[in-house]
Amino acid sequence: MIDTALIEKINTVLADEFEVDADMIQPDAPLMETLNLDSLDLVDMVVLIEHNFGFTVVAKDFAGIKTFNDFYHFINSRLDEKKETPK
Amino acid sequence: MARVVITGMGIYSCIGQNLDDVLESLREGRSGIGVDPEREEFGFRSSLTGILPKPDLTKVLDRRKRISMSQEAAYAYVATAEALKNAGIDDNFLDSREVGILYGNDSSALAVVEGVDLIREKKNTTLVGSGSVFQSMNSTVTMNLSVIFRLKGINLTIAGACASGSHSIGMGFMMIKNDLQDCIICGGAQEVNKYAVSSFDGLNAFSVRNDSPGEASRPFDADRDGLVPSGGAATVILESYESAIKRGAPILAEVLSYGFSSNGDHISVPNIDGPKRSLLMALDLAGVRKEEIGYINAHATSTPIGDYNEALAIDEVFGDHKPYVGSTKSLTGHEMWMAGASEIVYSVLMMKNSFIAPTINYDKADEASSRLRISNKLVNFKFDHFLSNSFGFGGTNSTLILKNIDTNSY
Repeated sequence: MIDTALIEKINTVLADEFEVDADMIQPDAPLMETLNLDSLDLVDMVVLIEHNFGFTVVAKDFAGIKTFNDFYHFINSRLDEKKETPK
Repeated sequence: MARVVITGMGIYSCIGQNLDDVLESLREGRSGIGVDPEREEFGFRSSLTGILPKPDLTKVLDRRKRISMSQEAAYAYVATAEALKNAGIDDNFLDSREVGILYGNDSSALAVVEGVDLIREKKNTTLVGSGSVFQSMNSTVTMNLSVIFRLKGINLTIAGACASGSHSIGMGFMMIKNDLQDCIICGGAQEVNKYAVSSFDGLNAFSVRNDSPGEASRPFDADRDGLVPSGGAATVILESYESAIKRGAPILAEVLSYGFSSNGDHISVPNIDGPKRSLLMALDLAGVRKEEIGYINAHATSTPIGDYNEALAIDEVFGDHKPYVGSTKSLTGHEMWMAGASEIVYSVLMMKNSFIAPTINYDKADEASSRLRISNKLVNFKFDHFLSNSFGFGGTNSTLILKNIDTNSY
């Protein structure tokens, strides 16, 4: 189960960064098409994640992400890994 | 050989962010110079600069277009949008014709410094974001504007130091004259920030009249102590006369000639011979007598040696004929990569409105400037030909001569 606050935060930062209407962001909606992303935008997605969620990814990590729901799970799992990683 | 005319102009400068405001500033002799307090703290000798905001394009361009734009590309976008509008060029024209762009720019320091600082901090090149590379390259203006305006003709940045803007118009003129293109967006852009000009300040080239910004830029005045850096962007739409007539476009002026030369001498100290050859070449190619030149917009940046040598070059070329000579840099400061283009815009505005802006702060002539006809007051004067000089580091020189086309006022 993903925390609702996390989903809201993800939706807000995506809508702000990629300048789309927040209502367009629905769990089963296709991420790339809804946000109108191209390969350059994936670079900015890496920046957005680092800036807002505090971990670094590479663009190929997005390969299996089709929907916003996939994206929520991706962020959530990386945040969990981060919590579990001993400093 | 085609005749080459200007069918539109646009400007974003410290004396106004559109043609109307700039026209008023020129008439009023209003200075756009102020102080940037960060500069002293950063190690500058001079805190003086042209003052202008970065345009907010949030509601004008989408995110993808905006994030690739450097500060100077944003200036150039605003100037170019105004110029295209005034030229009557719409989306249909841009999509159906092969419109080119030749724009002067010779740095994008702010984007480079901010990008590298971020990479240094994060130790990850991706975290600089997708826009940084397109902001950082010297061709940032032409690469951005060619995409935004869907241009399909020549697409090239002209880097010729402080003569970049003038050379861009000269090169556009040559391409249209030789029937290679019939419409080219030409101009010059200059970023305004401490990173762009810090090493220039280090050469002791800037005025240190930090307590009196409006009096700091004083071209040709005996007490001048250096230039004031400034910037923004200026655009002119160059078009073949035939194309302009065919589509009923407004014609503001005709470009008659482009003179150029290289000093082949010192990297920063200007001489007399190089500019003189550029002036003579322009006069020769224009096919006008020097007596027909009513106004010279001098390069005159307010440096002791530069103004002195230019005054001597003008005097040697024009002899007994004393056209009005002025330096709009007294108002704007030195707009560097932009200056050669903005000074064409300023001069066309003055020619269309029959006046010459005051060279403010020209209070006392020196031995060279006393040979010229310079006024520190507004002069109401009708002229139909003017000459504009632009010189740059490395001894690059450009001279343009334009003629009034009296069918359209601005």
